[in-house]
Amino acid sequence: MSAKLSALTSDSYIDISQYRDQHFKGNRYEQEKLLKQSHTLYVGNLSFYTTEEQVHELFSKSGDVKRIIIGLDKVKKTACGFCFVEYYTRLGAENAMRFINGTRLDDRIIRTDWDAGFKEGRQYGRGKSGGQVRDEYRQDYDPARGGYGKLASQHRPTEARNTF
Amino acid sequence: HSRRRTSEPIEIEDRLESLICRVGEKSTSSLESNLEGLAGVLEADLPNYKNKILRILCSVARLLPEKLTVYTTLVGLLNARNYNFGGEFVEAMIRQLKETLKNNLYNEAVYLVRFLSDLVNCHVIAAPSMVAMFENFVSVTQEEDVPQVRSDWFVYVVLSCLPWVGKELYEKKDVEIDRLLSQIEGYLKGRVKTHVPMLQVWTAEKPHPQEEYLDCLWAQIQKLKKDRWQERHILRPYIAFDSVLCEALQHNLPPFTPPGHMPDAQYPMPRVVFRMFDYTDAPEGPVMPGSHSVERFVIEENLHCIIMTHWKERKTCAAQLLSYPGKNKIPLNYHIVEVIFGELFQLPVPPHIDVMYTTLLIELCKLQPGSLPQVLAQATEMLYMRLDTMNTTCIDRLINWFAHHLSNFQFRWSWDDWSDCLTVDLDKPKPKFVKEVLEKCMRLSYHQRIVDIVPPTFSALIPAEPVFIYKYEDESASSLPGYPVSIAVGNAIKNRASNEEILTALKDVPNPNQEDDDDEGETFNPLRVDVFLQTLLHLAAKSFSHSFSALGKFHEILKNLTESDEGKLHILKVVYDVWRNHPQMIAVLVDKMIRTQIVDCAAVANWLFSQDMAHEFTRLFIWEILHSTIRKMDKHVQKIQQELEEAKDKLEKQQHKRASEDEEGQLEEQIERLQEKVESAQSEQKNLFLVIFQRFIMLLTEHLVRCETGSVDISTPWYKNCIERLQQIFLMHHVTIQQYMGTLENLLFTAELDPHILAVYQQFCALQL
Repeated sequence: MSAKLSALTSDSYIDISQYRDQHFKGNRYEQEKLLKQSHTLYVGNLSFYTTEEQVHELFSKSGDVKRIIIGLDKVKKTACGFCFVEYYTRLGAENAMRFINGTRLDDRIIRTDWDAGFKEGRQYGRGKSGGQVRDEYRQDYDPARGGYGKLASQHRPTEARNTF
Repeated sequence: HSRRRTSEPIEIEDRLESLICRVGEKSTSSLESNLEGLAGVLEADLPNYKNKILRILCSVARLLPEKLTVYTTLVGLLNARNYNFGGEFVEAMIRQLKETLKNNLYNEAVYLVRFLSDLVNCHVIAAPSMVAMFENFVSVTQEEDVPQVRSDWFVYVVLSCLPWVGKELYEKKDVEIDRLLSQIEGYLKGRVKTHVPMLQVWTAEKPHPQEEYLDCLWAQIQKLKKDRWQERHILRPYIAFDSVLCEALQHNLPPFTPPGHMPDAQYPMPRVVFRMFDYTDAPEGPVMPGSHSVERFVIEENLHCIIMTHWKERKTCAAQLLSYPGKNKIPLNYHIVEVIFGELFQLPVPPHIDVMYTTLLIELCKLQPGSLPQVLAQATEMLYMRLDTMNTTCIDRLINWFAHHLSNFQFRWSWDDWSDCLTVDLDKPKPKFVKEVLEKCMRLSYHQRIVDIVPPTFSALIPAEPVFIYKYEDESASSLPGYPVSIAVGNAIKNRASNEEILTALKDVPNPNQEDDDDEGETFNPLRVDVFLQTLLHLAAKSFSHSFSALGKFHEILKNLTESDEGKLHILKVVYDVWRNHPQMIAVLVDKMIRTQIVDCAAVANWLFSQDMAHEFTRLFIWEILHSTIRKMDKHVQKIQQELEEAKDKLEKQQHKRASEDEEGQLEEQIERLQEKVESAQSEQKNLFLVIFQRFIMLLTEHLVRCETGSVDISTPWYKNCIERLQQIFLMHHVTIQQYMGTLENLLFTAELDPHILAVYQQFCALQL
């Protein structure tokens, strides 16, 4: 009787992004299929000090949270600024993409993205130094994420060398 | 543009959709010239794409009510160019109206009728036939034995069209309109309004009465009539085309009989009009239209419609709200903030998920950083000032909104402005509100942060540091009866002892409740639960994940310890004892224990209402746990019901296929088992509500009797909280509770009950949900 009107049913906040996990076991199509049905979100740009409790409080606002896995530095086994949030329902995750993505947690704008599903091992950073890849190359100083990026801090002369 | 013959039809259809949906948006050309241009394009496309165009126009009529007059003008122009098309469109609209009513889509049906009525202004529909439709609608008020909400809806539709078409209809058919209005007046006078107190955000009449929605609309229409139907707010593009449109031939609406009442019809719930601002609150700039002006109705309607259309995309939603046509003549920021809070506080539930409103307000602040944050701060201040009479459920939502909002703005707030809350008892609404807000703020940050953001004078309101309280902490506890075993169990756990070893160690815990003749040791031993759980949770206190892992690893032991109802109750008591500084942890542990069936929902309800928890009864976390528990029960029942439906479907398919008897037999067995499971779950669900209602009745009756005998005023903060929490149970879970009306009426909410308590039940019944 009436048209569906794609122009009116726009829901762009829940679209999948361009990111694809390079370590995913399966082809692009399979990964995209999982992303489109997923109940799990990747959450990035967390402070290293953000706790599971804080994540739970915030992300519970969009639905019941089944599980939170805090991302860890592979070497130090300490939090390295990302996590996974798994919901009991797809709707919980969608509402997080719509209303929590791009808002603040622990004073930082956090970013959420669809994840194909947690598998053991994915809780570790994939950067060479053990943290996240982005912290390898980061140029700016971010006190909540260990200060300077790994590369930048290597080239930075330490204070000690310059004192007499 | 020349049409390329190689264009795919599907591309053209998409283009048509886009053109039609977009008209009226920001453009370098005027709206009139865009409409003129679009009418020309569509007219040319009618030979090949008539049905598609009809469907698109029907959809925008239903789904874009905030652009009503843009599209009625478009239809008017098309009708002027092509009379037959106009007729077909009207027919399609009537078909669509019938469908929406059949499908209980009453809100959309309102928009369709409003669209039709505005088509009178565009010379598409003849005024007398529109009046006839209204007369048929109003005649529903003569029906007997129908729910009030049914006749309410038909009256509402007619009244809500009058701002758009009242003038035109009155000019043509004043006698009939007057008769209609008189009938409506009579109906409104006789309506039952018991439900209103249950839906009001504030109990106070000042500064703004919380009016029932039909009463308010009636007042607005009466004022409109008094103003000789002069309505100056609605954007009417058709006026510019009057010379073209008045040449058009009009169509008559076919006689429309309202569909009869069906038992499964779901009419919209009554509501209360939320007002928090008036013209005194917006001191500079345009004046805010009065509460009974029709302009106020139209503005609020349009803003609600914009949110309804764009709620999933907050940037678009904020932009659309801020570019509301006619915004220069009204204090738009105030209207927006009022409408948003109106939705957030709507009872029983907001139209959309709570967190959407928080994020929408943040987007609006981003787009209007020079003006909107100030209006929002002003609104927050006003809401704080009126806490004493605000409904408890609404206060909950305010707490959650404010804390989440602050967490996006570095918790900056002028707390000193609220130092009046420090001068009254902590259980009064204002200090209670601040306390709960700070607790929520802490959950989104950390304890020291909260200490840092409030003035030292507020220290009594700062939440406790969320630390574990371990009974068997150190040597000073060595005299406690459970101490030795707590050490043994702690070591056993750390050394990965087996469950048997741990259970054996626990046998050594003395039983304070042991009866003398109980040699078998069968009396429930609360100390055993205490020692094990305190020790386990202490070892796992580091994070949620640690605690969940502990519950999972020792699930068997925990099930063993909580076999009895006493055991279940005691485990909850211990969780509270150790984590009473960390309500968030209590909530997630209780959730986990329900999901892993260590405790059941009724045990949680009994625990929350127990004497041990009486001192926490008015704290928000108690009610969050209770409602979460009820929701889990609901989801559980729904899940099993779904499994049953799926099994039944599968059997039906099998029977068509000629499956083996074996397979069919297996399925039938499965269905029988599922049927039993469903019945058992439904029974558990009903029992949960009965437990909750019984507990409420006991507590409230006790209070009322005590006050009566002591000749004390019943209206203590505790009482207000308790009675409104009872209301909240009814409102939040009305769908499920509807099934139990018989039992509730005969068993619990009988005539012998104190009238204060019975009133809540009667208000609920009056909602005719």
